[in-house]
Amino acid sequence: MSLLDIRDLHVTYRVGGGGLPAVRGVDLTVHEGQTVGLAGESGCGKSTMAGAVLRLLPAGTTITGEVRLAGDDVLTMSWGKLRAVRWSAASIVFQGAMHALNPVRRIGTQIAEPILLHDAKATPKTALRRAGELLERVGVPAWRAQSYPHELSGGQRQRAMIAMALACSPKLIIADEPTTALDVMVQAQVLALLAEVVEEQRVGLLLISHDLSVLSASCDRIAVMYAGRVVEEGPGHELFTAPRHPYARALAAAFPVIGDPVSRRAPKGLPGDPPDPRELPPGCPFHPRCPDVVADCREVDVRLSAPDNGRRAACVHTGGVR
Amino acid sequence: MSPVLEARGLHVGFGARSRAAVPPIRAVDGVELAVERGEVLALAGESGCGKTTLARALLGLERPYRGEVRFHGEPLRYTSRALRAYRRRVQLVLQDPTGALNPRRTVYEAIAEGVRIHRLPGDERDLVARALSLAGLRPPERFFARYPHELSGGQRQRVVIAGALALEPEMIVADEPVSSLDASVRGEILALLLSLRDQLGLSVLVVTHDLGLAWNIADRLAVMYLGRIVESGPAEEVLAAPKHPYTTALLSVLPGRTPVILKGETPDPSRVPAGCRFHPRCPALVDGTAQRAGVNGRCVTQELTVLPATGGHRAACLLAGATA
Repeated sequence: MSLLDIRDLHVTYRVGGGGLPAVRGVDLTVHEGQTVGLAGESGCGKSTMAGAVLRLLPAGTTITGEVRLAGDDVLTMSWGKLRAVRWSAASIVFQGAMHALNPVRRIGTQIAEPILLHDAKATPKTALRRAGELLERVGVPAWRAQSYPHELSGGQRQRAMIAMALACSPKLIIADEPTTALDVMVQAQVLALLAEVVEEQRVGLLLISHDLSVLSASCDRIAVMYAGRVVEEGPGHELFTAPRHPYARALAAAFPVIGDPVSRRAPKGLPGDPPDPRELPPGCPFHPRCPDVVADCREVDVRLSAPDNGRRAACVHTGGVR
Repeated sequence: MSPVLEARGLHVGFGARSRAAVPPIRAVDGVELAVERGEVLALAGESGCGKTTLARALLGLERPYRGEVRFHGEPLRYTSRALRAYRRRVQLVLQDPTGALNPRRTVYEAIAEGVRIHRLPGDERDLVARALSLAGLRPPERFFARYPHELSGGQRQRVVIAGALALEPEMIVADEPVSSLDASVRGEILALLLSLRDQLGLSVLVVTHDLGLAWNIADRLAVMYLGRIVESGPAEEVLAAPKHPYTTALLSVLPGRTPVILKGETPDPSRVPAGCRFHPRCPALVDGTAQRAGVNGRCVTQELTVLPATGGHRAACLLAGATA
């Protein structure tokens, strides 16, 4: 049984009387010990996916489909059950640790909080001791439990967030842009730490980022999202080195390989902007920006192809389903 | 011909009790740097290495306690009149376009403001339109009445760049110009900077932590660590064959390479180590490379010379043949 199984997920936000479809039919699976990457630009729906897994979306949002966490459907779960599941079955490492941590409470107290909520046997004292151990586990000295978030460096804060995510030994960790605001060296440290946690504790990791090159280095599989749908999915390394969907190709080319003469003095971007989810173009939503557009693209709303060696793409040129 | 902009023996610090005292925090600690006309220079390093302070000092926003900034060979003067004239010719582009634009002003107003402050001759509408189309927002009239929230992130960064271009500068200093932008937009903005250099002969100093950006657009690359340039030279040479263990480590953590992960973070500019300032984190000292070369003793004691502003590929490292 897979750890996380998302089937035909649709999420529509309510915005000023209208609906804003952020996720439009996504399937995604994460197994234990596996790292799955979710890539795409702002507004493509990748963070909405993270929120949907633990039902953290604003009230009034319409969610349909299935989100099974170790077999239980999160979307139909009672509130009591949901509270038990959050942190202990799945936890989230948010983007921007400075904003996700409470600035007026000590790090240790914040890590101890989910432990006290979920472990009936925990006392404030044992929970704090456990918080210290968790900090050591992620490479932050245990005495830092006494510190406030502003006293830590950016890398240490992100490590503290990971310690908090590990507090209740969840089987699934969702990391939403965990390294985006960090320096390259600290980014490498944090990614190495996450990889170690996956390896040693056999957790499943859903890693969300706009940087396909970062994902390719750490993910077993990657799904690339555009306008609320997965447009390409496949093994991490292959997807990055030989992307099939023109959008995935543009994302892969956005971060140059140093030493590759093709990208020297030739930055590659993608003209145009992602579409407004309320006014999606007809046909393939990527067609207005696509370099390979043909007449069909303007009419056919193409869906993911059947898997071919574990790879699928939603493009008329690569056998996408009409 | 002298370079457009130069740093000569530049020292910038914070926390000094008086103008004459050496400040306890040495953010920029002896830097030689030169940007030629039509050159794209990338200044790379981690947060806290002093790269933003250096850029601010080059713009006249921080005053050095030792050394000087030169513009076309002339030392920068810090009177408000001289600075105003200077800042028209050397323009700053910031990291986050959303923060750099006033949300209640239209695109037209945002760009016209600089034109008015500097009392540029010519028709204001034409100047604004020209700046917008140079920045790739065409037709410019379509953007006049727009507010920042109606634009995408990439368009906002183009508006910020247009605001700089409206003043017809000779040089642009861009601090992490693409780090808050989406992957697909990043390349578009970098391509714009390159085309401005080609079309207008602009000089560009890009401050970044992203070495891929240097590969994409820079002619020269200077790598900064704890207040000093530790390696510099033509971008291809530095990136293809780095000489300093710090540059080597920064490159090694890029995807697809064998990472040499340095412990800790950029150290504290209020406690600069003796000897080579990188020695406490240097992998060449840990793995014995420095010992085999017989320099490990000097690594921890001998202060290294400051790298010259121009010339070929050099590194401030005893292993690379640098001497005091």
